[in-house]
Order: sequence, then structure tokens, then C-alpha cells
Amino acid sequence: MDGTDRHGRCRLSGARPEPEAGTDPTTRPAPGSRRAYWHRNLTYVGILLGVWFVVSYGFGILLVDQLNTIRIGGFQLGFWFAQQGSIYVFVILIFVYVRLMNRLDHSFDVDEQDDSA
Amino acid sequence: MNVQAWTFVMVALSFAVYLAVAVWARARSTGEFYVASARVPPVLNGMATAADWMSAASFISMAGLIAFMGRDGSVYLMGWTGGYVLLALLLAPYLRKFGKYTVPDFVGDRYYSRIARVVAVLCALFVSFTYVAGQMRGVGIVFSRFLDVDIEVGVLIGMGIVFFYAVLGGMKGITYTQVAQYCVLIFAYLVPAIFISMIMTGMPIPQLGFGSELADGSGTYLLDRLNGLTEELGFGAYTDGRKGTVDVLFITAALMVGTAGLPHVIVRFYTVPKVRQARSSAGWALLFIALLYTTAPAVAAFARTNLLDTVSNTPYTDVPTWFTHWEATGLVTFEDLNGDGLIQHTGPASSVPNELTIDRDIMVLANPEIARLPDWVVGLVAAGGLAAALSTAAGLLLVISTSVAHDLLKKTLAPKITEHGELIAARIAAGFAVVIAGYFGINPPGFVAQVVAFAFGLAAASFFPAIILGIFTKRTNTYGAVAGMVAGLAFTASYIVYFKFTHPELNSAEHWWFGISPEGIGTLGMAVNFAVAIGVSLLTPPPPLSVQQFVEEIRVPRGAGPGHDVAA
Repeated sequence: MDGTDRHGRCRLSGARPEPEAGTDPTTRPAPGSRRAYWHRNLTYVGILLGVWFVVSYGFGILLVDQLNTIRIGGFQLGFWFAQQGSIYVFVILIFVYVRLMNRLDHSFDVDEQDDSA
Repeated sequence: MNVQAWTFVMVALSFAVYLAVAVWARARSTGEFYVASARVPPVLNGMATAADWMSAASFISMAGLIAFMGRDGSVYLMGWTGGYVLLALLLAPYLRKFGKYTVPDFVGDRYYSRIARVVAVLCALFVSFTYVAGQMRGVGIVFSRFLDVDIEVGVLIGMGIVFFYAVLGGMKGITYTQVAQYCVLIFAYLVPAIFISMIMTGMPIPQLGFGSELADGSGTYLLDRLNGLTEELGFGAYTDGRKGTVDVLFITAALMVGTAGLPHVIVRFYTVPKVRQARSSAGWALLFIALLYTTAPAVAAFARTNLLDTVSNTPYTDVPTWFTHWEATGLVTFEDLNGDGLIQHTGPASSVPNELTIDRDIMVLANPEIARLPDWVVGLVAAGGLAAALSTAAGLLLVISTSVAHDLLKKTLAPKITEHGELIAARIAAGFAVVIAGYFGINPPGFVAQVVAFAFGLAAASFFPAIILGIFTKRTNTYGAVAGMVAGLAFTASYIVYFKFTHPELNSAEHWWFGISPEGIGTLGMAVNFAVAIGVSLLTPPPPLSVQQFVEEIRVPRGAGPGHDVAA
């Protein structure tokens, strides 16, 4: 169920974004490309953890009393974030990260291939 | 059939399923055992992780705790789920790429140090031991109520089952059994919750039900009714917090970071075949956990409302049968202080003294009876509680035996040990763990709850910074990591020991540093660890080039070795 679409794709294909990467004859991407990959990864992680912080520590703890003045049905909003909303957002965050990283791995040609295992 | 008969039926049925799955998994994996079990798909691995993670504490105790804590209960809800985001984004993919067996393996290799490995092993052992202890208490409560025996006898029965189970299921290939246990426990949790939600609000989805209007035609929202009841009886409004904001912040952070640093959760991500599946496995695990964790606050609100409605100012002679049954276990006690024959159940702000004490651990188990659900539902809940306790106990016993046999003996004390000797050591460690756990299950139960908070704080203050710095910086060296772990541990442990054990009379907000309770101090310990590790690393030579290359390697998914089962 994984990686079947990538069968037979050449590891050395010139699809890498960094121009110098194409000149590297080894199976390992060039250092510059790796740095760019890592930087993008850290950016994603930073943004997603920002959201993680805002919904839990922000809405669920620090701003809970202010948000509690807003009501949705029987829920006070701050209370809802503290006991429900933050958890839903956590689940979504992980799946968003999975998608982003699968795309990133592929575009930087560092994703796993069936023959690498 | 009565409650007891249904309990037997449900428990026996669920055990038959585990047995069948264990036999099937065994037959399936004969021959290439490791390879076969390493092909666990992420969805199933997520389910197994969820069962491993959700213990008797989550299943039996958590909703009860929330019911009595009100909004402050969110520290557990957010704390025990938010950690998975950290796990998926910061730890799981890199540890999977690293590909060895245990957390101490990573710490030992990354920091090229035997001392670092031993510190990590000792933390892993301590955390796992305290956890197993909590499971036994939960199993004891289930048996004592539904088999009509003392808690002591209940714990002994539980010890026997866990022992038998660990030997029978074997140490290997427990993943599929845990998948079955997840199915049992989530079914057992949702069925009564849906029933009660329908009865009280007419809304079948509990997550929405506790924000709905009551079904009694009054047009009042359930939470408003609950706030009214709790305020009137002097407990303070249910949706208001009573802990300080700083304290709530620190406890939540300690639980989140502690979750991400728990060895028995981390080892799960070594079992998936690919790095990308380590990421998605964490997502599935959290989804399955969230199913229970978003239901729990609803169950808590229903249970509290029902309880206050049922017992408050009720004549003692008219109490329902569940009350009498739980009274027999000693977990519900009533003392008629003013001699009026009525039950006054009041909070600290009330002028009437409280006459009723209810153990928080019974709320989930008693809830179906309080709501007068059919007897088979009560039996189902007992089976679910056992599934939660057993799956977690099995996972923990695995970590304990691996830590002793692999990390402590093979890698540190006795490198020449034979495979057979390793196996014997693993079994002895598991047996020892069951006995210790049983002892704590029978003896001071309050102590266990305190030690569990201790375990989270220590995991947060020790493992987490060492692993994060090991992945995200190349400059952190062995001196920094060891100094950081020791400083974080020493700081956190002394704060907890001071307030919990040597000076319990000072354990109140005005004596705490910055209003941080011992439960939340692990967060500060983590900060201390980070600061010391970075400071010491900068003052000492950088790690060797091979280690810097090692860090480069774990940062990209390609080239990960095959996955393997969590096994000694």
C-alpha cells in the first residue's frame, strides 16, 4: 500500500530543485539540497506547532475566560476548546504534516523506495 | 441474567477473541516472524498504539477525575493528546530512521556514551514500573466490584491474568492482540456513552450531546443545569477553572512532553515498515485515542449531573442498588453528620458539611448503573476496562523486559550474555514487574497516582530534551546531554520529593515556585535540561564527525532499514 507508484523511478532524476544536486553522482542528494529540505521541514514544523500552541495553550488555557463569553449552543467556546476543539485540531495537524512531508520528500527525492529497505 | 453473569459472559467473550487473535498471529508469522510482523499497516499500528497508550487510567479513572475537576480536567485531555503532535512532528520519523530497538539505544548511540545509555535505561524502567502499578489498581477495582471480592483479591486475580497473558501471548507479536483490545475497549466506552447521551439529551453523539438541551422538556442546556447544580451545592461552576492559569499551563505542558517521551509509546514507531508510515501511524493513533478522549468529557458531564440529581438530599434508606454495591467495596462512604437521614453532598463553598465521599475511579464503572442501563452494558464496561489495563500492561512489560535484557545486560553490564540468558533475564524482569505492580495495587493507592505524575515529569525533564537536541542540533555533545538529563532529573525529582514526600504539609499554591504544582514542575525541569545541555555543549568540544554524519542521516527518510517487532 506504499510506494507502488514510485516503482522504477530513477533515483538520480534531475527533478531536484537545487541545480548543483544534479551534478552529484552518488545516490545521496547534495548537501545544499539537504539543507533546503531540512529548512522546509523546520518551517512546516514551526507553523504547525504554532497552531498547536494557539488552540491548546492559547484558546484552551490563556484566553479561556474571554472565549467563554461566546456561546455556541450549550458550549462556552473556551470550555469547548479546552475539552473538545483542541483535540480535533491535534488530529488534523498530524495528517496535514504527513501530507506536506510526503510531498516534500518526493520533490527533494529523499523519499523511501521499495528497493532501499 | 444479572450484572455478575453478564460480566462473566462479556469478559470470557473478549478473552476468547484475544486468544483466537494470538493463535492466528502466531501461525501467520511462523518462519519469518520479524519480517511478517514488521509489515503492520499504519492504521492497525495506530490502533495498537492507542490500546497500548490508553490504560486503565484513561478508561476507568479519567472521566471520573474530569467529572470532579470540571474544566480543570482539560489538563489531562489536552496533555495526553497534544503529546502525539510532538511525537509525530519531532520524534517518530527520525527515531524510525535511526532504526534500533529502544530509546536508550538512540541516546547511547547519538551521545556515544555508556553513561548516557544507563541514565536513559533507569528512566525508562522507572517510568514503566509506575505505569504497571496503575494498571493493577484498575484491574483490582473492576474485579472487586463485579466478582464481589475485596480489592486485594481483585488485584491478585489481575496479577494472575496479566502473568498468564504475558506468557501465553508471548512477548512477540502482541500488536494484533492489541488491535482486538482497542476494538473491545472503544466499543465498551462508546455504547454506554451513546445510551446515556440519548437518555439525557436525545442526541446520540455524546460529543454533541453534552452541549445540547436536556431531554426533560425544560429547554435548559445540560451544562447550564450542571453549572447550576454544582454552584448551588458549593462546588463552584463546572465550566469554571479552580487551578491557577500558570499551573494549568505547566501541568498540560508536562503531560504533553511526558507523553512524547514515554518509552512504551516511542517503541511503537519502530514497528512500521517505513519512515513515512511512522508519521501517519502517529496520526492514526491520535485519531483512535481522540475517539475516547473527546467522549470522556461528555461522560464526565453526564455522570456528574446524574450523580448530583440522584443522591443529593436523598434519604439514605432510598438509595439505589448501585450505591449499596459500591459502598460494600468501600469506595463510596456516607456518614450522616447531622443525623437527618438525608445525603448531603456539598462542596467547599457550602455551609452544610459534606457527608458523602466517592472514589473518582468508580464513576465510569458505576455510570451505566446510575443511568439504569441494561445489565449487559455494565458487563461490557467491565470487559473494556480489562482490555485497557491488559493491553497497556503487556506493552509495559515488554519495555521493562527489553530494558533489562537488551539495554542493561547485553549493551552495558554483560555484553557476552547468550540469547538464551537474555530471554531468561527478560522473563524474570517481567515477573518481577508484575509482583511490584501487584504490591502497589494493593498498598497505598494514593501513592500510585502521585508516582504517575512523577513519571510524566521525569520523562519530560530527561528523555525529551536529549532526543530533541540529538535530532535538531549537531553541536550537542555527550557532556551536554548527560549534564542536561542529570540536572533536569535532579531538579524535577527534588521538587516533587520535597512537596509530595518530605513536606506534604507545605504542598499548596502559596509555597510553590511561581504557583507551579509538583505535577507541572517537569516543564520547568525540561527547560533546565535544555539550558544546561546547550550551555555545557558550547563550552566543551563538538561531537566527532561520525556523530554529525549520523544526525545528517536520520534527518532524511531514504535508506531506513527494515522495521522490526518490539521484542527483547
